[in-house]
Amino acid sequence: MTLRVAGGQGFYGDTPRAVEGLLADGVDYLCLEALAELTLAILQKDRQKDEARGFTRDLPVYLAAALPEVAAGRTRIVTNAGGINPTAAARVASQTARDLGLSGIRVATVLGDDLTGRLDDLARQTALRHLDTGAPFTDLPSPALLASAYLGARPIVDALAQGADVVITGRCADAALFLAPLVHEHGWAWDDWDRLAAGVLVGHLLECSGQTAGGNLSRDWWTVPRPWDLPYPIAEVEADGTAVITKPRSSGGRVSFDTVRHQLLYEVHDPARYLAPDVVADFTSATFEDLGDDRVHVTGVRGAPATDTYKLLLCHHAGWAGEARVAFSWPDAREKATATAAIFTERVAQAGLAVDEWCVELWGVDALGGPTVPDADTDPPEVVARVAWRCADALTAGLVGREMVPLTLSAPPAGMTGMGRGAGRPTELLGIWPTLVEKSLVDPHVSVHVEEI
Amino acid sequence: MPRLRLHDLCGYRSGDKGDIANIALLADDAEVYDVIRREVTAARVRAHFDTLVTGEVERYEAPNVLALNFVLRGALGGGGPRSLRSDALGKTLGGSLVRLEIEVPAALAARRAPRADVAWAVEILEGLPRP
Repeated sequence: MTLRVAGGQGFYGDTPRAVEGLLADGVDYLCLEALAELTLAILQKDRQKDEARGFTRDLPVYLAAALPEVAAGRTRIVTNAGGINPTAAARVASQTARDLGLSGIRVATVLGDDLTGRLDDLARQTALRHLDTGAPFTDLPSPALLASAYLGARPIVDALAQGADVVITGRCADAALFLAPLVHEHGWAWDDWDRLAAGVLVGHLLECSGQTAGGNLSRDWWTVPRPWDLPYPIAEVEADGTAVITKPRSSGGRVSFDTVRHQLLYEVHDPARYLAPDVVADFTSATFEDLGDDRVHVTGVRGAPATDTYKLLLCHHAGWAGEARVAFSWPDAREKATATAAIFTERVAQAGLAVDEWCVELWGVDALGGPTVPDADTDPPEVVARVAWRCADALTAGLVGREMVPLTLSAPPAGMTGMGRGAGRPTELLGIWPTLVEKSLVDPHVSVHVEEI
Repeated sequence: MPRLRLHDLCGYRSGDKGDIANIALLADDAEVYDVIRREVTAARVRAHFDTLVTGEVERYEAPNVLALNFVLRGALGGGGPRSLRSDALGKTLGGSLVRLEIEVPAALAARRAPRADVAWAVEILEGLPRP
């Protein structure tokens, strides 16, 4: 049996329109990945305002498109759109189904990834160390606003085994959303490391939606067909773990050896040891064969036993930021921009405002490339000075921005064309503090709830 | 030995995890892969990024896709939601890496990056209503 799974969403804010193409092409599972590293922090702010929030708010739009297909028994949905409130997301899913006049749909929620309330307890039971620096938990710069563990595929498989048509989770490893239907349908064992690794690799290739189908391509990116109609990817996965990565037939975009390998290493560290909650996958063991016609065959993936820890992401307050941008024209565009940034920072110092960190960039010169730009001393026709700053509190960050305003009449000549955001509205900065936590401390608290609408 | 920018030989994609960025360097073919494996060391990449990166650089190999993967620590001004940088997610670091010049054997000296051709985009934009 060939199972068709699709990546219908790559982040919170992605377009729900691509889902229509996937459903029209026919997929057994539609997986919607909504949670980037910082998305939960955004959702946390949402929930502080309203207890019924805390999930990705575009979920109903996705469901409105997909639930009729679910009710007809043609597809199922697995999503982490539950964010920090999967229960509320499930309520919205039920409401969406009722609004569409649909019934007989089983909605499951997976709980237990949110460890915020248990964090101090956990820190007493185990040594939580920063994953990258090894710093101890006591070094966390300010109290954790959020602590969420990246769960694996098991609770999702439990939900599917209980007949769920829609599974809504909070934080889980992105690839687990895709691995779970494969384990469930193909009956893979939890120690069948090669197949689990194949499933994780497939999930990794689908989880960033358009990025496998011609989005963010380097090299000959301009040759991608109809990039405004970029499709999202589909994997046709066999019981033995081999797969074909492809896309809906009628769409634009491209799936090739090159588009697939671009995604293979995206946000990966050691590709021979890709640490997923359910398996350690060796991405370097896979063979990719371009079959033409937007089809790439993936075979030979090897896996090794999973570790006994989950990744746990803590998030903490890290100050307030503001930002201003000013554009300058030739002549001396670069020099005017440089001088204005310096005048601004001096004015701020003169005003007695405490700034903990500055970031001065010259757009059009080296704002992105920094020291890798070899010819930054040329004479560009236009330059934008972008200055960003960090302060301890929101009030100060806002007052700093206002010091840019008088420069309209009191700065280097002829070119003050506009203020950026920041001259008034500071934004909160959040620090990310990744660590590991023993599965045995998390799993007893993971639960699955299934409800029929 | 002739020198070429990596841009003439490789594709790239970069992304973030906390304050760590990774850059995949994707060789055009096996011949190029052998050369970048020899030339583009972690130390060389570390030196190339200079003050843009505060930590160490590690290199991994993925010969099955003719790629090297560089992991750059302290590369994002503190990490996505904490960083003041325009490119807080490291999306452009791949482009910055392929500015690096390396020595190549004579057989590769004539390699050039394909030239972007967006005539289709110009046509679309010229068709827009204007004042």
